[in-house]
Amino acid sequence: MAGIGKEKQQQAGEKKEGRPTGHRALKPRIKNPGKLFSRLMKYILAKYKFHLLLVVVGIFVGVLANVQGTLFMQTLIDVYILPMVGAKEPDFAPLAAAILRVGMFYGIGALSTWMYNRVMVKVTQGTLRDLRDDMFTHMESLPVKYFDTHAHGDIMSVYTNDIDTLRQMISQSMPQLLSSVIMVVSILASMFILSVPLTFATLLMVGIMLFATKSYAGRSGKYFIAQQKEIGRVNGYIEEMMEGQKVVKVFCHEEESRERFRELNDSLFVSADNANKFANMLGPVNAQLGNLSYVACAILGGILAMNQTGGFTLGGLASFLTFNRSFNMPISQVSQQLNSVVMAMAGAERIFALLDEEPETDGGYVTLVNAKREQGKLVESKERTGLWAWKHFHQADGTTDYIELTGDVVFDGVDFGYNPEKIVLHDVKMYANAGQKIAFVGSTGAGKTTITNLINRFYDIQDGKIRYDGININKIKKADLRRSLGIVLQDTHLFTDTVMENIRYGKLDASDEEVIAAAKLANADQFIRRLPEGYHTMLTGDGANLSQGQRQLLAIARAAVADPPVLILDEATSSIDTRTERLVQDGMDKLMQGRTTFVIAHRLSTVKNSDCIMVLEKGRVIERGTHEELIGQQGRYYQLYTGKTPGLGAAAEE
Amino acid sequence: MVKTILSQVKEFKKDSLLTPACMVLEVVMEMVIPLLMAAIIDNGVEKGDMPYIYKTGAIMVGLAVFGLAAGMLGAKYAARASTGLAKNLRMAMFDNIQGFSFANIDKFSTAGLVTRLTTDVTNIQNAYQMILRMCVRAPFSMVIAMIMAFWINAKLASIYLVAVVLLGASLFFIMGKATRYFKQIFPKYDDMNASVQENVSAIRVVKAYVREGYENGRFTKASGNIYKMFSKAENILTWNAPLMQVTVYGCILAISWLGAKMIVTDALTTGQLMSLMAYCMNILMSLMMLSMIFVMVTMSTASAERIAEVIQEESTLSNPSDPIREVPDGSIVFDHVDFAYRENSGEPVLKDISLHIHAGETIGIIGGTGSAKSSLVSLVSRLYDVTGGSVSVGGINVKEYDMEQLRNQVAVVLQKNVLFSGTILENLRWGDKNATKEECVRACQMACADEFIQQLPDKYDTYIEQGGSNVSGGQKQRLCIARALLKKPKILILDDSTSAVDTATDSKIRKAFATEIPNTTKLIIAQRISSVQDADRIIVMDKGRVAAFGTHGELLETSEIYRDVYESQTGGGGDFDEEGGGR
Repeated sequence: MAGIGKEKQQQAGEKKEGRPTGHRALKPRIKNPGKLFSRLMKYILAKYKFHLLLVVVGIFVGVLANVQGTLFMQTLIDVYILPMVGAKEPDFAPLAAAILRVGMFYGIGALSTWMYNRVMVKVTQGTLRDLRDDMFTHMESLPVKYFDTHAHGDIMSVYTNDIDTLRQMISQSMPQLLSSVIMVVSILASMFILSVPLTFATLLMVGIMLFATKSYAGRSGKYFIAQQKEIGRVNGYIEEMMEGQKVVKVFCHEEESRERFRELNDSLFVSADNANKFANMLGPVNAQLGNLSYVACAILGGILAMNQTGGFTLGGLASFLTFNRSFNMPISQVSQQLNSVVMAMAGAERIFALLDEEPETDGGYVTLVNAKREQGKLVESKERTGLWAWKHFHQADGTTDYIELTGDVVFDGVDFGYNPEKIVLHDVKMYANAGQKIAFVGSTGAGKTTITNLINRFYDIQDGKIRYDGININKIKKADLRRSLGIVLQDTHLFTDTVMENIRYGKLDASDEEVIAAAKLANADQFIRRLPEGYHTMLTGDGANLSQGQRQLLAIARAAVADPPVLILDEATSSIDTRTERLVQDGMDKLMQGRTTFVIAHRLSTVKNSDCIMVLEKGRVIERGTHEELIGQQGRYYQLYTGKTPGLGAAAEE
Repeated sequence: MVKTILSQVKEFKKDSLLTPACMVLEVVMEMVIPLLMAAIIDNGVEKGDMPYIYKTGAIMVGLAVFGLAAGMLGAKYAARASTGLAKNLRMAMFDNIQGFSFANIDKFSTAGLVTRLTTDVTNIQNAYQMILRMCVRAPFSMVIAMIMAFWINAKLASIYLVAVVLLGASLFFIMGKATRYFKQIFPKYDDMNASVQENVSAIRVVKAYVREGYENGRFTKASGNIYKMFSKAENILTWNAPLMQVTVYGCILAISWLGAKMIVTDALTTGQLMSLMAYCMNILMSLMMLSMIFVMVTMSTASAERIAEVIQEESTLSNPSDPIREVPDGSIVFDHVDFAYRENSGEPVLKDISLHIHAGETIGIIGGTGSAKSSLVSLVSRLYDVTGGSVSVGGINVKEYDMEQLRNQVAVVLQKNVLFSGTILENLRWGDKNATKEECVRACQMACADEFIQQLPDKYDTYIEQGGSNVSGGQKQRLCIARALLKKPKILILDDSTSAVDTATDSKIRKAFATEIPNTTKLIIAQRISSVQDADRIIVMDKGRVAAFGTHGELLETSEIYRDVYESQTGGGGDFDEEGGGR
């Protein structure tokens, strides 16, 4: 009668094991599973110590109630029923009292089962929530480098697959293992009391069961690994083909891709079939071994009971057989849960790896404040004044300076590489005076985007200095530095939300009117109004229903509403036609009047009216000056702009 | 929907039927064993009949072995049937997707199709396996156990009947309620995952606007909601175990009490009492199993629906019954064409377009963001059907051609183009399976791709990674052009296909077109005026209409839009290429 609630879980466990989803479910090896497990337990205990104590008590009481019920079988027959047989006036009162007593224990058992299940829900869901929140918060604090060097799909699967494996382990495997252990110990003790030889017979069968489990698990594990590989291959092919489906159509390549898919699909079938087969067999094998063990004990017990060996009674046999059944169940459960524990440890490893990533460090202490002028001096202001100042606290003498933010950016001998061996920028010198429009032109890989990554400290430079209004940017608090820079990136990203909210992302407290004004400035208002629900149209899938040009207009509007002191446009208009671009530029120029703007483009018409154009090549600034000056120099810019010089193709090529 | 899914069982019908059959056998074995147990105790032990014990014990062992065989076979068939169904479902979907038109593809997102082919199929596979193994087994086991119990003692067994009804009703009530919650949770769960994904890919935006705190707040709220919903659903499920226990315990106690009385009056034997107890577990566990299947099936219906949608989707385009297979020449006529991507979507994308393009002409197409340039050219190779008017190629309505032949003779280089994993040569041969290496090289020379291919270590055998991630944007575009050229088309359409190629190379490619394939009609969409200005004629698109159509000279005079674009790019529109980066 044991483990009533458990068998349901066993089934659920079985269902999950046969499941080929979790992509790296069967990672060959986990480093230090014991350490991982104790770390996970520490994580759970930190918040749910009391809860877990309740769970342990609950499980204990539940198991005890169960065991006492099973023991009662013996007394029922031996103590209450058999003496009454043949009695002239059988007295049922003691039996009624016993049943009432057992019933009470059962009631307590059921109650505590309910209690610990309920507490367990809180522990499981709470832990998962905490883990998710911690992971997300931590992830947000990680440097951009982390995202550049990790596959996004991989990061995502930590939140989905890995958390999923933990859910299963915490909510099912943990209580089950716990109750199994308690049950095995208590049943074993009871069995020994009832009959030593029968206990040994049972244990022998258990040994066989464990052996079978091990050999089956090993074989199915092998097939599961093969299956995971095939799944990866099929998924990869599906992704590639779905992505290129239109090209497939245009080239009438349907038959070929069907053929290839059939091959991959068939070999996935073979390995999935095998993996599932062996996983499925574990259940019946254990069940029938359990039955055999039952039969063996019945025969052995029958002989013992008949010979009255060692005072072994018929009632004893009845109880023992029930124990035998109860004993097999937790053993086969443990064997099935082990797999899911291993999977969960693989998940935990990746979760903790994410949590252990070094967050972005920030040694900056100079902050950005709104300022106003009082008697010719800058002072801090509570309201947004349109005037910003850097609040520079000098630790040496305890004084605080206010330096007006003007957008004066200086690069002094900057060297940089994404990894130290491969330097991308060499000795870059650049002076952007306040209010200027500075342009970077150059071919892909010349290092244009890298420069923006440095100004806002997505990456830190290896050598040289970057000064912002005379302050080394390393001294400025990162959040404040970034707040002072409006950036429109090459790859536009929109969030699942309305158009209105997507623009408002630039300034969370912007009114609807401000948002619309910004959209007008970015020349986005027109097309937004033509959307089904105008500004309240929901964007999904990174704005999949918009054209690339329209997405860029929204990104510009987002920067416009932020109204930043300094603006960086990184190929922000590359997909916008030249006419619209000019309108957008006029708007942005108006907005940024008197403020510094950095423009990165490969389209020369975009940068023509800049105050200074930097021509980058292979990480070096090779020319600088205004459009007229550069044309006058008749250098690379001139060649590219006029397109006249022969041999230009080759020059531009590299 | 269920029919659509089940129709894919196909060659695995045998396995699907054998699985429950094996399960039934296994159950029979499991049921008979407790019966024999009672016999051993009553007839063997109590009468001291040792031979009887051995005989019955031997039968029992035999039955257990038989049960083991049935169980293992069942496991095998179940695995085969369910993974087989999964295989067929994947194939059926993939097969049908290959027949999709562009409109069908637009309807399903790429990510959506991938999920259906992977996760959804896995869900169905698991559910199907569960159903095969348990759906017959559980009720059968319950009925057999019940019959056995009644056979032993009808009076006592009726307690089980009452228990089954009570427990069954409450279990299904609980599960039904929980399922409702679960169904609400899954979309929220997807939303949360989507928000993680957004944050991962848009981290630069988040950081640039210093919105980490804001995003944390949003995420915490979302995950808190999921916590609440999940807790609610699972709290309902926590009633299951104690309910089950109460029922089982209740039955045991009731039978102990009544059974004791019966034994005393010799109406029942102790062996029978023990058997009855064993059946109690069987009956109630089966019931629990059924309620779980119920939950699992309801949860997988969503997946089944999504799969059925793909399998049942019919292509919006179909071949005519008596198709024309040969395109006579490369002339194109648009006759009062209207076009919308979705019917009844309000404003059409193209409005009343009439154009006459002669064979062998080079036509430039220029126009602002969202002016429907791509839509215009996609009608020529019948990637979409017009909603009004007609498009003719070679003087024949495109709807009368065999679609495959039409597309082979009208080659399109799409704006969002894709290379596939494989060598360069393999990729090129998408255009013509039987192309010789020389032909491939020739096409690459025309598309100015040969020059960079020759510099690669493995030349034409260089392996292209998925999505062409190991070649630069401009190189990819040139390979795509070469691939299209290998079709030796009558009409060649370039949809902004040289945007990442530098101006000089761009003009070289165009020159090659003019001299090498003079008889091919060329439609060239571009942002750069330099890419189109030496075309025979230029179409200026504006908000879904042809704003002007003429030569460069004419348009400068007559079209204000064209003049505007021209002036905004004056000075030759020099451009830094996107080439030669460290890729």
